[in-house]
Amino acid sequence: MRTIRIGSGAGYSGDRIEPALELAEKGEIQYLVFECLGERTVALAQQARMKNPEGGYDPLLEERMRMVLPVCASRGIKIVTNMGAANPEAAARKTLEIAKSLGLPSLKIAAVVGDDVLDACKDGDLPIMEFDGTIKQLGNRLLSANAYLGAEPMAQALNQGADIVITGRASDPALFLAPMIHAFGWAMDDWNLLGQGTVAGHLLECAGQITGGYFADPGYKDVEGLARLGFPIGEVGEDGALVITKVAGSGGAVTAQTCKEQLLYEVHDPKRYLQPDVVADFSQVKVEEIAPDRVRVSGGRGTRRTDTLKVSVGYVDSFIGEGQISYGGPGALARGRLALDIVRERLKLTGVAASELRFELIGVESLHGADLSAHATEPYEVRVRVAGRTESLREAIRIGNEVETLYTNGPAAGGGAFKSARDVVAVASVLLPRDLAKPQIRFVGN
Amino acid sequence: MKLRDIAHSRTGDKGNTSNISVIAYDEKHYPLLLAQITSARVKAHFAGLVEGDVVRYELPNISALNFVMAGALGGGVTRSLALDAHGKSLSSALLDLDIEPASGDK
Repeated sequence: MRTIRIGSGAGYSGDRIEPALELAEKGEIQYLVFECLGERTVALAQQARMKNPEGGYDPLLEERMRMVLPVCASRGIKIVTNMGAANPEAAARKTLEIAKSLGLPSLKIAAVVGDDVLDACKDGDLPIMEFDGTIKQLGNRLLSANAYLGAEPMAQALNQGADIVITGRASDPALFLAPMIHAFGWAMDDWNLLGQGTVAGHLLECAGQITGGYFADPGYKDVEGLARLGFPIGEVGEDGALVITKVAGSGGAVTAQTCKEQLLYEVHDPKRYLQPDVVADFSQVKVEEIAPDRVRVSGGRGTRRTDTLKVSVGYVDSFIGEGQISYGGPGALARGRLALDIVRERLKLTGVAASELRFELIGVESLHGADLSAHATEPYEVRVRVAGRTESLREAIRIGNEVETLYTNGPAAGGGAFKSARDVVAVASVLLPRDLAKPQIRFVGN
Repeated sequence: MKLRDIAHSRTGDKGNTSNISVIAYDEKHYPLLLAQITSARVKAHFAGLVEGDVVRYELPNISALNFVMAGALGGGVTRSLALDAHGKSLSSALLDLDIEPASGDK
């Protein structure tokens, strides 16, 4: 049976750089996938593209490509990535420029475009899923609308000889499904195979999260070598057989436990994991350790895909102002609480217009609130944190100011004040009839 | 004993919804999870944090439960004022639940 090995070189935009090189050099892989596009990243990238028409792709694209292109080119490893963000064609042109500068001018580089469906969403005035309202009601706060494309256009680009495929918004598992469809010629209506392939893609897409990252809990779940964590490899057979592994000698571990945790990561109903290519069913999945750092995952299934694509809509939501300051030594907790009371009163006195506010003590109750954090003993130090949502940057700035001015107006011995104010680009979703998204493949260069 | 003694857990986020898996280390403890870690109990544990419904899904093949908590992330990951906007630390809070051992289990 034919088998391919797919490496996962990044689990998010800012992820560690060098594990991908280790995969390319020592992983005996044929495909290297970089998943770098978070829910809101494409909206931020769209803002960058509006400022610079050649911008709007992943800021680490150049660093990642420069590092892996020489070894990938010499071994024929094909790269699939969503680092195109809001501008896959510019990312492809940049990658070609990098390839030429490395003496690799013959690499074939394809961009997949068509995920930008802003016009179609406006025309349909589609309803927003997360709150009452429609696309049009967002008015000039609307920034972007990008459909989660499936694996088909990426697989076609590989079929047409692409060495590197760069997309914008696509479903994360689809980045991995595309090489499987390309290598094995899977039919786009073989729902069970696509479902099992989705299991593989879903397990691999967060890179280090299946090799021991986001997992260690000393004394309960110990993991060796997190500072040199190896990124995962999916060994996929023509019939969908899947083994998750990693480069021998790298840090971390692939175990039944790491695979089970990642299987359910960001999953709601495990029988209906909605993807552009298939509705995957994880409910019958089995996980078996077959050797050290080798885990067989079987039983993924699927049913017919839906008639709609999920679309991420980016919009300017609000502004957030924040301030922090620390108190230490005896009485730190009381001084921290006094500081919060002062800021609460100051924000009222000075009329700061915030629609939502949080007053909390980091180290005491900031993560889970007062009920879950009831403390038996007083901490040695606390950090005051006040954050609020406003309609303007000017108002947001005033929140941090009221924390910073605790230096000279607040409790004794407050130090290390920090303040910030920023605009919030948020993301909501709509469902777009599938045929209104028209993905296209564009090769750059000759 | 604590849930942490028999199960491990991971939190994921989508929009304003958080999901928390609870996975038995040993499949023999799965019935304890089924009997004692109900959606009502999870909802009560996170009473101050989760505004919406808590739905439980069962995965006997991997001895796991998956809790999906609506309205759990302060309006959504991309707009929350919370320090941990993703709610990634919620799994550790859930593992603090008490578990009544089965007879024969100490």
